[in-house]
Amino acid sequence: MNLVVLMRMVPDVVEELEIASDQKSLDQEALRLIVSESDDHALEEALLLKERHGGAVTVVAPEAPEAAELLYTAAAKGADRVIQLRGIQRGLGVAAMAEACAAALSAIPGLLPADLVLTGTQSIEDLDGLVAPLVARRLGWPYLGVVTAVSDVSNGAVIVVKEFQAGYRGEFQVSLPAVLGVQAAEKPPRYVPVAKVRAAMKATKIEEFEAPQPAPEPLQELAIVALAKPEAAGHAEMLEGSVEDVAGKLCELLAERGLL
Amino acid sequence: MAADIWVVADQWQGRLTDITFEALALGREVADALKVPLEAVLLGHGCASLAEELGCADVVISVEHPALAEPVPETHAQALAELARQRQPRAILIPATNTTWGANTLLAALLDVPGVNFAVDLKAVDGALEARCVLYGGKIEVRVQPRKEPVVIGLWPGARPADQGRSERKPCIEQASVSLAAEPKVRLKRYIEPEAGEVDLTRQDILIAVGRGIQSKDNLELAEELAQALGGEICGSRPVVDQGWLPLSRQIGKSGLTVKPKLYLALGISGAPEHVEGMKDSAMIVAVNTDPHAPIFNIAHYGVVADALELAPALAEAVRARKG
Amino acid sequence: MTDPAAGTFLGLPARAILWVLALIAFGLFGWRVAGYIRVLARARPEPRWDRWPARLKRFALEVLFQRKLLEEPLIGVAHLLIFWAFVFYATSFFWNLLRGLLPFLPIPYADQAAWMAVALELFGVVGLVALAVAAVRRYFFAPPRLEQTRDAGIILSLITIVLLSSLTGAGALALAGEDHAGIGIASLFAGLLSGLGVAPAQGVPLNVAMWWVHMVTVLGFLVYLPYSKHLHLLASPFGVLFGSLEPPMPAASEGAARLEEFTWRQLFSGLACAECGRCDRACPALNSGYPLSPKELMHHVKEMIMASLASGGNGHRLLGDRVKPEAVWACVTCLACIQRCPVGNEHVPVLIELRRRLMADGELEAHLQEALTNLARYGNSFGQSARNRARWTQGLEFKVKDARKEPVTWLWFTGDYAAYDPRLQPITRAAARLFQRAGLDFGILYEAEQNSGNDARRAGEEGLFETLMEKNLAAFGKARFERIVTTDPHSLHALKNEYRWQNGRAPVVHYTELLWELIRTNRLPLNRRLNGRVTYHDPCYLGRYNGVYEAPRQILHALGAEFVEMPRHGSRSYCCGAGGGRIWMEDVPGIQERPAESRVREAAAAGAATLVVACPKDWVMFQDARKTAGLEDKLVVKDIIELVEEATNP
Repeated sequence: MNLVVLMRMVPDVVEELEIASDQKSLDQEALRLIVSESDDHALEEALLLKERHGGAVTVVAPEAPEAAELLYTAAAKGADRVIQLRGIQRGLGVAAMAEACAAALSAIPGLLPADLVLTGTQSIEDLDGLVAPLVARRLGWPYLGVVTAVSDVSNGAVIVVKEFQAGYRGEFQVSLPAVLGVQAAEKPPRYVPVAKVRAAMKATKIEEFEAPQPAPEPLQELAIVALAKPEAAGHAEMLEGSVEDVAGKLCELLAERGLL
Repeated sequence: MAADIWVVADQWQGRLTDITFEALALGREVADALKVPLEAVLLGHGCASLAEELGCADVVISVEHPALAEPVPETHAQALAELARQRQPRAILIPATNTTWGANTLLAALLDVPGVNFAVDLKAVDGALEARCVLYGGKIEVRVQPRKEPVVIGLWPGARPADQGRSERKPCIEQASVSLAAEPKVRLKRYIEPEAGEVDLTRQDILIAVGRGIQSKDNLELAEELAQALGGEICGSRPVVDQGWLPLSRQIGKSGLTVKPKLYLALGISGAPEHVEGMKDSAMIVAVNTDPHAPIFNIAHYGVVADALELAPALAEAVRARKG
Repeated sequence: MTDPAAGTFLGLPARAILWVLALIAFGLFGWRVAGYIRVLARARPEPRWDRWPARLKRFALEVLFQRKLLEEPLIGVAHLLIFWAFVFYATSFFWNLLRGLLPFLPIPYADQAAWMAVALELFGVVGLVALAVAAVRRYFFAPPRLEQTRDAGIILSLITIVLLSSLTGAGALALAGEDHAGIGIASLFAGLLSGLGVAPAQGVPLNVAMWWVHMVTVLGFLVYLPYSKHLHLLASPFGVLFGSLEPPMPAASEGAARLEEFTWRQLFSGLACAECGRCDRACPALNSGYPLSPKELMHHVKEMIMASLASGGNGHRLLGDRVKPEAVWACVTCLACIQRCPVGNEHVPVLIELRRRLMADGELEAHLQEALTNLARYGNSFGQSARNRARWTQGLEFKVKDARKEPVTWLWFTGDYAAYDPRLQPITRAAARLFQRAGLDFGILYEAEQNSGNDARRAGEEGLFETLMEKNLAAFGKARFERIVTTDPHSLHALKNEYRWQNGRAPVVHYTELLWELIRTNRLPLNRRLNGRVTYHDPCYLGRYNGVYEAPRQILHALGAEFVEMPRHGSRSYCCGAGGGRIWMEDVPGIQERPAESRVREAAAAGAATLVVACPKDWVMFQDARKTAGLEDKLVVKDIIELVEEATNP
């Protein structure tokens, strides 16, 4: 199978996010980037598919600080080819970036035809779109998101499991080639030791590819009014004191409501 | 009609979902503010009777097509695009559920108009539409105004109370038709039911929910003891189920169950939007987390900054003492 | 004087028979030993040829003086006596053999030299008594985990025959009236023989017969030895000689699964193992119900080597075939096994090599994976922003100096737990106040401090250790300080012993050493005596790894508390179960009693009301354990800092 995985760096929410003084973007100083979590799952699913069906996995990442580490780690995990896309702006909003990535995918030599393009089903900064359906539309391929398993590749189609609600899932048949938005891989993303990543740094060449047309500015079609830290409509009444004190207070509250 | 506000109805197993009514309630407010009609769009095959329930809207555009029988987002997006080109609404609100996931983006792309995700509110500001979206795992809010219309809005659960969107009124129902490819490239083959849990959590009065804060499967006992003391059941957020500490039948959240118990005690749960949507309507929410900035404290009624592993046994003991 | 090797036997010259037997015995022996050496040669190199004075000193203490065995006094003394008996008898054997094979040598037989005869008699008798003690212990009062094998019985019998035959031979000579040096034991045996009806005329033939019984038995033993567990007789002196002079850590590698991937020294432990079970008795993993037995591990190594000798080829695997991953991950790296082992075996390095291989193959549990990912990304295992490392300082009345920006005398390396765990942060603040009170010029590295990497290394993530070490060394390189103090024994060990400092290393001490210094020199005046009975838990990485036992005790004595020792104290301290990365791993189902629970029960049983610790991880483990063990009302856990603060508060 020829598999392409599109992976992005997004802000790491473990760090405090600060809003820039113009209130229209995040303060870049405070920002640290991390691989978008479901993109990591997309890579894992691709690697599992390669282990089962053979073929090759190519990882494509728009340029960003620490994107190189993302690519070397992917190579250490088993990706065959790793490509960094230059000329695509990273930031809030993904529609412009997705369009540019899709155009790039068509233009990178030897990349297409592929069987599947996999990427995360969503990321934390998808304000104006989702990458998977936009790439699908640009390529003219079918799309399905919230995917948790891919199996049974035969006759130009795959069976894909998607999550619904209340624990229900659905089995879908998707014709190949297709774009899938992965919610979770069948196994958690594998660990690769630091030594292997370092070895990959020496052994792997990251291909650089200039995006075919200059990517438009992010968020052209939406005007940002302001960013803010959510003002909770309410906030919990905080109970203070030792664990025993709090336990006592909670008992009172529950008793008042007839819950004890 | 041009400049209307549209709400796309979301269905699950033949019934309209709560979030559809939440969207109607929101759409009603916006439509009234802009003094334009509110229209509901019902897509499906053999579900026309559901149109009666959409009385909060002025008009229901009912579309029947065999290809719409299956919950395939891209098929639905194509149908909506055709309708939207004909009728030119101002805003299209699509409930953001797993079922519809991606449809709003596809629709916006098909129409070449702006799309907005993770919206929790929409209002008219000086005649312009303004959406409020919650991003970065719930940590940052963004208010945006579309530069072009129609705007396609993926609406997150919880924008308005569902009951506000229910109405006895009989709406005006319009039949509409769309032409869709006979052979869709994405087909639903079957539903996979979750393994039946022994207990129906949606009927429980008291739920003790555990998140990553319980740190290991062994600590589940502490939550179980507390649940037993209180006469409730345990459930968990996605990470706990992903780790295999609880079965899928006990997952609360977007891909799991939506519950509204009398007491929801959240132990070591941070409050990511995907989880919150499954429990936000609980009558009493008590959250325990070591992080005072955890988003769960914004929706909880009572909060405790403490280690759930210490509070749970203490509370279990206090409850047992109380009950005698 | 008689030459027992002269004369004939069954028509053949006895000396010729002796030659044949000797050649066969030594041939078989040599062939088998050469086989072992060839197998070891296929393994990876490991230099243990340095620091000969230290090695020889250790050899003297542990081989000649049998120091470790004396930790269990009764069997220790018995084994010491058996050992020296064996030394003398081995010497006498070679002497006799040489003389018997080469009659033209101008030397008497061994027992014909007076001093040798005395030694043989003395050690003969003493040896027999010691053997009896050993046999009774093994068969009637066996300690747990002592491997009961047929080998053991055979060896006890062989040595008994060797000693008895020699003494009987001496007795026979005495019976025959021959002049015989000695201390009278020979006469005793002569009397016994006479009592059994042996006539004086039969004395010399009996002596010759006994000589042959003795020699043939030893020659037989020589052939048997390299095939039995008593290979340890040969191997263990070398094991001790080539043992690691500090807590062993294998050089960077990609891990090992097959025989050839280990080093010769790691394999050698299997050969030196006497299967005595001391390691098992000390192991916290085994004693809690984890599927790890250090003795079994050694046995598997030996067995792998034997299989390789038997069938050749490169396919002999330790990992998976013989040792399961669950066992590999169960180790807490407390070093109790190595500390107890009398033959210098190094169990932990074998496990670390196996861990490295599992790590390379991505076979590790999710929890551990998460901790390592957090360490790599955030520099701490808690998954919190590096920027929050110094948040614990909020709440102090003064500002802790930033060692990145200004020179300090003492650079304080706090370690993850002391900095990030909210339950420990008050104790860290207390330490800061104590340092301030004592007028210390100290500072911390704030966000530049990373986890020391010690536990990542022991979990098998060598590359992560390197990365963390490099970052820390870079931070140290930019700061100016004279000495380092740390609140965390794991960090202490890494910084002091395993980091590759470019331009020499500043002295690194644990805070107990510093606090003792401050108390001793009255820079931290004590204002009150503390009440109550306390006991102290020696952290593995402070005690066994770094030999710091006294300072904490001296502090506690100075504080005036009534001090009781737990049975397992000092170098025999029992690990809390957090080391080796286990604090990041899930408990295995079916655990009977966690190490920490065993320890808090031990503390309560010793009569202490307070269990004093000197390591943040110990504090966390014991606080949890006192709840799960139901000792919340009986036992309090405190860090030594908390006690010092109480005593020095104005």
